[in-house]
Amino acid sequence: MRIGVFICHCGSNIAATVDCPAVAEQAKGLQDVVFTTDTMYTCSEPGQNEIIEAIKEHKLDGVVVASCSPRMHEATFRRALERAGLNRYMLEMANIREHVSWIGKNKERNTVKAFELVSIAVAKLRNNNPLYANKFDVTKRVLVIGGGVAGIQAALDCADAGYQVVMVEREQSIGGKMAKIDKTFPTVDCSSCILGPKMVDVSQHENITLYALSEVEKIEGYVGNFDVQVRKKATYVNWDECTGCGACMEKCPSKKNIDKFNEGISKCTSINIPFPQAIPKKAAINPEGCLMLQKGKCGVCAKVCPTKCIDFEQKDEIITEKVGAVIAATGYDMFDHSVYKQYGAGQYPDVITSLQYERLMNASGPTGGHIIRPSDGKEPKKVVFVQCVGSRDPSVGRPYCSGFCCMYTAKQAILTKDHIPDSDSYVFYMDIRSPGKGYDEFTRRAQEQYGVQYLRGRVSMIYPKGDRYVVRGSDTLAGTQVEVEADLVVLAVGAESAKNAPALAEKMRISYDNYGFFMEAHPKLKPVETNTAGVYLAGSCVGPRDIPTSVGQGSAAAAKVMTLFSKDKLESDPQVSSVNTSRCIGCMKCATTCPFGAIKEVTDRAGNVKAEVIETVCQGCGICTVTCPQGAIQLQHFTDNQILAEVNALCQAQLDF
Amino acid sequence: METIPLNSPDREFIREVQERSGQNVLACYQCGNCTAGCPYNFAYDLSVSRVMRLVQLGQREAVLKSHSIWLCATCQSCTTRCPNSIDVAKIMDVLRHMAREAGYATERNVKAFGDAFLESVEKHGRVYELGVTATYIRKTGRFWTDVDLAPAMLPKNKLSIKPHEIRGKEHVSEIFKRFRERDAVKENS
Repeated sequence: MRIGVFICHCGSNIAATVDCPAVAEQAKGLQDVVFTTDTMYTCSEPGQNEIIEAIKEHKLDGVVVASCSPRMHEATFRRALERAGLNRYMLEMANIREHVSWIGKNKERNTVKAFELVSIAVAKLRNNNPLYANKFDVTKRVLVIGGGVAGIQAALDCADAGYQVVMVEREQSIGGKMAKIDKTFPTVDCSSCILGPKMVDVSQHENITLYALSEVEKIEGYVGNFDVQVRKKATYVNWDECTGCGACMEKCPSKKNIDKFNEGISKCTSINIPFPQAIPKKAAINPEGCLMLQKGKCGVCAKVCPTKCIDFEQKDEIITEKVGAVIAATGYDMFDHSVYKQYGAGQYPDVITSLQYERLMNASGPTGGHIIRPSDGKEPKKVVFVQCVGSRDPSVGRPYCSGFCCMYTAKQAILTKDHIPDSDSYVFYMDIRSPGKGYDEFTRRAQEQYGVQYLRGRVSMIYPKGDRYVVRGSDTLAGTQVEVEADLVVLAVGAESAKNAPALAEKMRISYDNYGFFMEAHPKLKPVETNTAGVYLAGSCVGPRDIPTSVGQGSAAAAKVMTLFSKDKLESDPQVSSVNTSRCIGCMKCATTCPFGAIKEVTDRAGNVKAEVIETVCQGCGICTVTCPQGAIQLQHFTDNQILAEVNALCQAQLDF
Repeated sequence: METIPLNSPDREFIREVQERSGQNVLACYQCGNCTAGCPYNFAYDLSVSRVMRLVQLGQREAVLKSHSIWLCATCQSCTTRCPNSIDVAKIMDVLRHMAREAGYATERNVKAFGDAFLESVEKHGRVYELGVTATYIRKTGRFWTDVDLAPAMLPKNKLSIKPHEIRGKEHVSEIFKRFRERDAVKENS
């Protein structure tokens, strides 16, 4: 074998603490190495050309590049090898940047370690074989999980491009948080007026199938060929017949259910349509409150329904769908403010959350858009807004900034003045975060034109005094304590990951962070991709996002899906397990340990049981190879022989430089 | 107002406060929650959050000369409320110690009371109320301080003429002695 070794300086990233020319010189002594050199930037065009020329000139049949992490440039160098006519798997990389130069300062010892990594790579390369990818079909349908504004945008873009979309929404209606909001910042335009048409488009688009009140149960398969199971929860109403007339809601005698859509500030009937613009506009029964389902007597809705679509016998239904890509747009939940006992949150009726306040201001909300105190129905004249409730507070496990609270608080303060002109608003803030287009001007407008009193400091406590509430905080700019008597206190609660987000992440086989937010493939360069091929992200499931960013990400994720669907065939990764049938004894231990169900049982011509790997399902984790008692199943590109060669190389006597 | 020169922060001061309190003063992001909850803020010359800020800026004089550190009642509202879990009351305590060591006692009466209290404990093994009062008055000349409490305390036998001696009071004074010896060793080393 003829191997070439390229040691990259990476500018001064590697060369500052590794003697690259010495490593290149020393590598000449390694077995089968016929050419070595050190280059300034191997990944640059001249750097890649140097590899290609060396391959041709020295008739190389394998290349080692010692540079950065393979996550960065493995694809780059593999392409360079292919351009020179070599198989892409005849490349090995030694990571002498992240694993050497960036973590150690001792040049001498770094140089020794860099050489050791190079010799490991050479030892493995000597055992490498060319591998070839198989091609497989792509199912050009996409699953969108979550019908908030990000999911809606992604679904509409994919559907408009001509692809079939399956949208799964956990709640009874799509629209997400945006459907609950009254106005949007910084333009103060009506939220449901701009979202409504998009929601209607989803329901009317011929390419979109919508499953509301449904959850993803299971996702199996791989990019291009996912099998999805959706649990369609029982609504006890035949939605094919329901016209959304609302006659059942008028007559339902069980009127004490917590109205989830109105954030619990009002009650609703057991059979309910959450809001007038709901999509789908269909009634559903809350089984916990329904007298018929709980006690077996009532059935008033069934009597008044003009289309006779009430079905008390309905059961959950499991639907299977085949898709080629998945977009997760599952959004966020509001922080549980009742943790802040010092604010009487969840205890004092007039200390409410920002989203509850949105419902109070919203014309389609329970008060018809009149701001009133939940306790006595009076119009508040002094309204205090407290920011960073469940944001930037390590003591409640939320050290991150939720990003949009500063802006919606400014908006709510402005709208309060619009609704109640003789009212005063106070905002307790720590820092104003308003880095969007027209955002800072908006918070200034709240202060300059609307006279909102901004106080820089946290609130320490809220306690009742008569029928008002004393809010005691600090104004660090004035350098002392401040106190205000309020009629209504609005807590600007932060965002946290959606409930069960980690469980869904595990179904999709993607990573999530400490807070349950989904992880992007790269925080800057791959913001809507995940490390699982064919699974994309949009909106606040990645972290708190405002509406413009969520919409942008919805479109971005859709564009990624369209790129995937632009190919008729996809290439499978040949770095998967394969069975040496002559050594396999058919014990099938590999099949029981495989986490992906990628191994099936077959019978050979002699009638012996053998294991067989389903290449497209195998993820190349290698668990089967350590399970196999015969060493018959091997992970290609990471065979036992290749790994043992690496270990042997590492155990050679240390060299002196 | 004075301009704070930022080029020469007293790093030794910051280090000493951190070491003696075991708290990271850099964790303070000046949200003001300590000030917001402080029940003694009305009497302070510097609010708690400003004390914290001046410690961050290494302003030894300004901090140790402040009245606030002597008026702090160590109620720990600040500690409880701090979102970054800084034990602010501990820092106030350490600052009070440091001020005393540096010869600052901006609230002379608070120091006088503390001294009178400790003297009494050292001598009797526990507090001798009338003795503390007498020493305090002698040191401060404040004859009528809390005199309105006497009628309530007398019938409860809280102001007896003679001190209550306790068993093992010599062990208590031994504690004081050991403390002074340890301090002396520290100074010599």
